[in-house]
Amino acid sequence: MSQPEVALRARGLVKRYGKLTAVDGLDLEVRRGECFGLLGPNGAGKTTTVEMLEGLHAPDAGTIEILGERWTRATADRLRERIGIALQETQFPEKLTVAEIVRLFRSFYARGRTVDEVVALLELEAKRGARFAKLSGGQKQRLALACALVGDPDVLFLDEPTTGLDPQARLQLWAVVERFVDRGGTVLITTHYMEEAARLCDRVAIVDRGRVIALGTPAELIASLGADQVVELELTGELPDAALLAVDGVRHVARREGRVVVHATHVARVVAGVLAAIEGAGLGLTHLETHAATLEDVFVHLTGRGLREG
Amino acid sequence: MRHPLLELTRARLLEFVREPAALFWVFGFPVLLTIALGLAFRSRVPDEPQVAVVAGLAHEVAALKAAGGLGVRALAPDEAARALRTGEVALVVARAEGDRVTVRFDPTRPESGTARLAVERALERAAGAAPRVTLVDEHVDERGGRYVDFLVPGLIGLNIMGSSLWGIGYAVVSTRSRRLLKRFAATPMRRAHYLLSFILSRLVFLAAEVALVLGFAALAFDLEVRSGVLPVALVSLLGALSFAGISLLISARTDSVEVANGLMNAVTMPMWLLSGTFFSYAKFPEPLQPLIQALPLTALNDALRALVNEGAPLASQAAPLAVLAAWGVVTFVIALRTFRWQ
Ligand SMILES: Nc1ncnc2c1ncn2[C@@H]1O[C@H](COP(=O)(O)OP(=O)(O)OP(=O)(O)O)[C@@H](O)[C@H]1O
Ligand SMILES: [Mg+2]
Repeated sequence: MSQPEVALRARGLVKRYGKLTAVDGLDLEVRRGECFGLLGPNGAGKTTTVEMLEGLHAPDAGTIEILGERWTRATADRLRERIGIALQETQFPEKLTVAEIVRLFRSFYARGRTVDEVVALLELEAKRGARFAKLSGGQKQRLALACALVGDPDVLFLDEPTTGLDPQARLQLWAVVERFVDRGGTVLITTHYMEEAARLCDRVAIVDRGRVIALGTPAELIASLGADQVVELELTGELPDAALLAVDGVRHVARREGRVVVHATHVARVVAGVLAAIEGAGLGLTHLETHAATLEDVFVHLTGRGLREG
Repeated sequence: MRHPLLELTRARLLEFVREPAALFWVFGFPVLLTIALGLAFRSRVPDEPQVAVVAGLAHEVAALKAAGGLGVRALAPDEAARALRTGEVALVVARAEGDRVTVRFDPTRPESGTARLAVERALERAAGAAPRVTLVDEHVDERGGRYVDFLVPGLIGLNIMGSSLWGIGYAVVSTRSRRLLKRFAATPMRRAHYLLSFILSRLVFLAAEVALVLGFAALAFDLEVRSGVLPVALVSLLGALSFAGISLLISARTDSVEVANGLMNAVTMPMWLLSGTFFSYAKFPEPLQPLIQALPLTALNDALRALVNEGAPLASQAAPLAVLAAWGVVTFVIALRTFRWQ
């Protein structure tokens, strides 16, 4: 089989649920060996997109190519051998143990890794004999990843693999994904944690309302703000954007959750100017915070909303 | 690595045996039902009738005791009256004046009539009457016609229905509702293997279920399987496959366990009542009979009873077996077409 440069390609994907258009003309291209992130708020259409790519739903319009092939009856079995999947939520059988579940999934694949290998890879040895119902959230997610990896896939789809996990469990999962990419695997991961996307992904697509609204490496996206620093303010009253934009070094002003978010180039100079503007308007400052710009700021900049807002 | 069908079946079996409630309903419940109903309706030799003789009638007491076949008590008149009222005795010998003996009893009680005849004969003999006829007793073996014989095949039918419907339907729907069905559908797993694994795992339990109830009834109630075991096994198998099809159809689309439960109750309740498990469906009005006989549980019960109790050959059961096969095939085909994986 030829090994195309592009592992996944979607063009003009559309999926409607009744009147709601969950995915609205989405384009995507994931290269081989790349870790690609879909970043977006709740309901953006990430899961719907991923499940269409996985061959679980047929799109209402648009085309999907995965490892150079379309999803058809003839290709489906072959493609399913080569992809690994962790759905956003999977409740495995409560009464089966970790080893039994992995073994069951292994039996579906013509070739793959051994149960012991993936159990060790996910550091689940101590829980081999534990029933699914008795696992912690992080262990359940690792088991889902074990089942995704046991067929030794070329492409791995992870839908919010770390939602609800503590930082320790998240790091553990990231390490496994990184190892998979190091071995030449391709990953499509969805998340609404910007730090996850920034850490894991070679490229990120920001998705909102069923469309890709920005695409690039995390560094490129942050650079697109034209400002690498962010100043967040809480004020005792309304301050017009114009007063802030007049300050030297301020690139952009947004409001979110009652805060004024200022994107700036030189934080020290901007803070001084902003404080003067506030004083000039006769307002008080209740909170001031500065940080380096993140993907979240890119999202706020593009949509005027936060990633975890609806 | 072993075959996915075997692994799926193994997983089903493990899940089942780790579910104590399911184990009880499939294995414990039918045996308990057999015990309870078998004991309640067991046919036994009636106890000998009890009679009271008013104290002072020493001659009558002696005569009745000598005759045998009666329980005899000498009681004061008021005690004798109370014993009669409460049913402790069937008859009271109240007075004896020469050859006139007064007996007091309730003619609507069957054992009182028996007691009266026995008392009459005993007193006549004591008075020197010679018997002119001798009765020779022959006891018949009534196995096959007792209530427990009627009941056990019906309970097996009922159990096959219940465990197939709930064992398969509940598992499919809860797997779908936890999105596991979708997860399976995203692997190269053959979908037919998944559905077949339910049927295979059912067959393992089926053998155990049927053997347990039949074996128990054979030991405890001396039930005889007149057709032999093999035809019963074949009919049970067909019954299980038929209900497996019905179960897959019920669970083909819904992802709500409550909806599935409601559907399964709606399907099973009429058959609990109509299909002649606990009493013969001949008692229902004539116009209902064709409908009742078209029900899969009726067909299964009828065929099992004919085999177990009458020793009928399998070939004679073509009609009920055809009903079972039709239900199984039609529902399975529709289920396959409409089955929802996510
Ligand atoms: N089966 C369905 N029927 C109807 N609407 C649906 C269905 N699945 C998804 N939707 C709707 O489609 C939109 C996109 O949903 P999707 O699950 O793809 O979002 P998401 O980006 O994965 O969100 P989240 O971050 O919360 O997982 C949502 O508005 C959702 O309500
Ligand atoms: Mg989602």
